[in-house]
Amino acid sequence: MNIIIANSSPDPIYEQICQQIKNAIVKGELTPGDLLPSIRNLARELRISVITSKRAYEELEREGFIETVGGKGTFVSLHNTELLREKRMQLIEEKLTETVMESKILDISLATLHEMLDLLYKEV
Amino acid sequence: MENILEVNNLSKSWPGFNLDQVSFSIPRGYIMGFIGPNGAGKTTTIKLIMNLIHKDSGEIKVFGQDHIRFQKEIRDRIGFVYDEGYFYEHLDIVVIKQIIAPFYSRWDEKAFQQYVREFHIPVKPKFKDLSRGEKMKFSLALALSHNAEFIIMDEPTSGLDPVFRNELLDILADLMQDDTKSILFSTHITSDLQRIADYICFIKQGKIVFCQDMETVLNQHIVVKGPSDILNETTRPLFTGLREHSFGFEAMSRDAAEVSRLMGDRVKIEKVNLEDIMLYTVRGDSRV
Repeated sequence: MNIIIANSSPDPIYEQICQQIKNAIVKGELTPGDLLPSIRNLARELRISVITSKRAYEELEREGFIETVGGKGTFVSLHNTELLREKRMQLIEEKLTETVMESKILDISLATLHEMLDLLYKEV
Repeated sequence: MENILEVNNLSKSWPGFNLDQVSFSIPRGYIMGFIGPNGAGKTTTIKLIMNLIHKDSGEIKVFGQDHIRFQKEIRDRIGFVYDEGYFYEHLDIVVIKQIIAPFYSRWDEKAFQQYVREFHIPVKPKFKDLSRGEKMKFSLALALSHNAEFIIMDEPTSGLDPVFRNELLDILADLMQDDTKSILFSTHITSDLQRIADYICFIKQGKIVFCQDMETVLNQHIVVKGPSDILNETTRPLFTGLREHSFGFEAMSRDAAEVSRLMGDRVKIEKVNLEDIMLYTVRGDSRV
């Protein structure tokens, strides 16, 4: 799994970490039961403060993506499929938004876009 | 959370300088960056903690114990790195080590040897022939080789190049893998601390301006740039370190919500870094 922190990003560092770990989970790069680095290890690797990496983990734990087992470490949660599906839907929505925006820039009509989608849906 | 250091209402004054009711604390397991312009009182505060100079009033507790009454025990558990090597300049590092090591009850010779190797500290006939970076590394090796729980560093990076400063951050990050250790790190080179410090304590003219976790500090402040005609009696008080120039103004604010409510799209709002905070806060004063 890669975590890239952009200093230029308007998002706080802990949010960037949360987002990327969530993405890795949704994409299946991280699967339920996978062991995550410890808070202090993550802080050292990314050169961030312990508080920041702790906050990222707290956030992910609150949202049910990860679980900390005392003395053993932090693991990717066994998700209920609904949450995961919801997250994946969100991802699709984001990508479609991107596509629509790109299409508008290129002046592609909704009808043309529909046609393209129909074709692709059958082909893939 | 257990505090490794507690400073309460610490004061010290002499002609031309006044450390005024300074209070802050560091929880065990975290790094605090101590920032402020030269002459703000960083070194004075650190010397007071180490009881190298006497306080006028106030209370200092290290490991929960009074810093004077338990001075001997406390010093044994602190790794202290000065901004200048206070060593015997004409001796070599092996001899200096032999003089210093017996002062510590938990001296770890193996750790010391490992740090000397890791830091590539050359054994030169005289300490004074070492480069500034090498001297600092030696000082650091001593501080880290007696199982200290609390590392205090006064300006360890001043006058050192970015490569060494970066190495030092690696060393500190490694050290923090142990959640029983804490670090107090004073510097005026704020970029060193921006990412690694958990807490930031900002001192100016002997007074604490703020002492908070880094994330809060960075999120609370913004830099605002915009046209001068926005400035009036309502908006001016929102700003610190306001600079007006021929084409507009720039300033720092601690109230992002109010700034965007009053000024909206007419101003540009930017994220701050520690250096901005220091610059604008110090400038804030000089404005009449």
